[in-house]
Amino acid sequence: MSIYDKIFKPKVYTLPNGKTVEKKASRMPVYFILVFLMCAVSVKVTGFDMKILSERIGQFFVILGEMFPPNVSYIEKVWSPLFDTIKMSLLGSALGALLSVPFAMLASTNVCPNKVVVSVIRVMFSLIRTLPTLVTALVATLVFGLGTLAGTFAIAVFSFAYIGKLTYEEIETVDMGAFEAMEAMGATKARAFISAIVPQVLPFYLSNCLFNFEGNVRYAAVLGYVGAGGIGLILNEKISWREYSSVGTVLVALFIAVFIIESISRMLRKKLV
Amino acid sequence: MNQRIKEAYEKRPRTWIYHLAIAIIFVGLMIWSGTAVETAGTTMDGGEIALNIIKGIFQPDLSFLFNLTTKGVPYLMLETICIAFLGTIVGAILSVPLAFISASNLTPKPIAFVGRIIIMAVRTIPAVVYGLMFIRVTGPGPFAGLLTMGVCSVGMISKMYIEAIEDLDTRVVESLDAAGCDTWQKIRYGILPQLLPNFASTAIYRFDINLRDATILGMVGAGGFGAPLIFAMNSYKWNEAGAILAGLIVLILIIEYISTQIRVKLTRG
Repeated sequence: MSIYDKIFKPKVYTLPNGKTVEKKASRMPVYFILVFLMCAVSVKVTGFDMKILSERIGQFFVILGEMFPPNVSYIEKVWSPLFDTIKMSLLGSALGALLSVPFAMLASTNVCPNKVVVSVIRVMFSLIRTLPTLVTALVATLVFGLGTLAGTFAIAVFSFAYIGKLTYEEIETVDMGAFEAMEAMGATKARAFISAIVPQVLPFYLSNCLFNFEGNVRYAAVLGYVGAGGIGLILNEKISWREYSSVGTVLVALFIAVFIIESISRMLRKKLV
Repeated sequence: MNQRIKEAYEKRPRTWIYHLAIAIIFVGLMIWSGTAVETAGTTMDGGEIALNIIKGIFQPDLSFLFNLTTKGVPYLMLETICIAFLGTIVGAILSVPLAFISASNLTPKPIAFVGRIIIMAVRTIPAVVYGLMFIRVTGPGPFAGLLTMGVCSVGMISKMYIEAIEDLDTRVVESLDAAGCDTWQKIRYGILPQLLPNFASTAIYRFDINLRDATILGMVGAGGFGAPLIFAMNSYKWNEAGAILAGLIVLILIIEYISTQIRVKLTRG
């Protein structure tokens, strides 16, 4: 019995057959107070003010109103950066995902018996994941120069850590029976891995890769801010020139592209899993 | 016995054409996307810059890292946590009606489709654009940041909420109905217990992501550690950037640990 139950006594019910059952007091109030306290601190620190929000929310739609109707004639200049963005995310996602496979193998306890290696690789994965993609992109633009190469690199690094983590978690939950049987029959570890574990993991791995790619297309639009190429570049340019109708065109084009990619990827993922 | 194994092996499905086609498509896509890779080249030696960055990051500016005033790393982190926390709550609240509209088992198909399109449109607009819009409303600062974060969270949160709603076990509600419960009781004992753990778990997960993504807010001057980080990096002050990154990594690892514990507890009930 925890301390909480000692302070707030559980309710005791007597059943018709004479037995007594206890219903522990709900912990809801504690959680509620905790969340409320955190909200209060947050409101204080961030200066959240409902009054300003309700009075001035109309301003939010001013820019949105200027974006529509979008500047249709600008669409010609959107195509090439848009495809750059898609290519950038495609290449980056693929590179990152492929690179992560051997590391994911080393990070799963059932394939790699060496505990030190497992924990080193896992720490590496989580450290890379905490690194904001924007920072990676900024560093990449300094190292590789401005352009899509930097964006591709940043996306590859993020995909590497993201896919890697999901993959090693997936590898750890597979049925090891087939793997052990193959090893017992004299297959090498690599051979057994390919024939026994890959077929179990592959659908989830591919599905994760597609999902990651979807997200990266969206995210690549932000990378332009640090000069890492793609549609973000013209988006920033138009925002800083306050040509909001052109911004609207860019956003509509991006929306359509994301919609198409998401539909294809959802179809493929449904087939996979 | 061996004969039968051999026969079975001979009969194995021959899918090499299918695999070859996939491989060709994949290689084709890679080559196509490889054509976009270009760089303007650096003025300085890339390797040297990389070395400087790594040096700076591993020698963080300690006086900045442990500065307890409002200009130090601890306060920046606190501000970021607060932005992410309130932002997640705003996002979670906005997502509930959207999710109920778009859940295909509750609303007619056309309305659900419209709801999904709205969610997708909300998701597509990059955070930078939202940031600019909200700065018009509130002025630059953490307030704008938390609103931006809230709207940016709507996409993912509502998507997960929709899944939770579509997985609802309606038999529970039916049996409560048969037992003579009124509408409020059906919601309280039939629907909420199924949805709340899921909703809370999603919100906590999103809180994690929002902490990581708070860098973006710095780009538009919407509070948190993003702006100082980007300033430090743009002016090559790698020690300062290293201090912020060190604080961030520690913070994220702690929050991730706590949130995983809570979510495991929530899913196990």
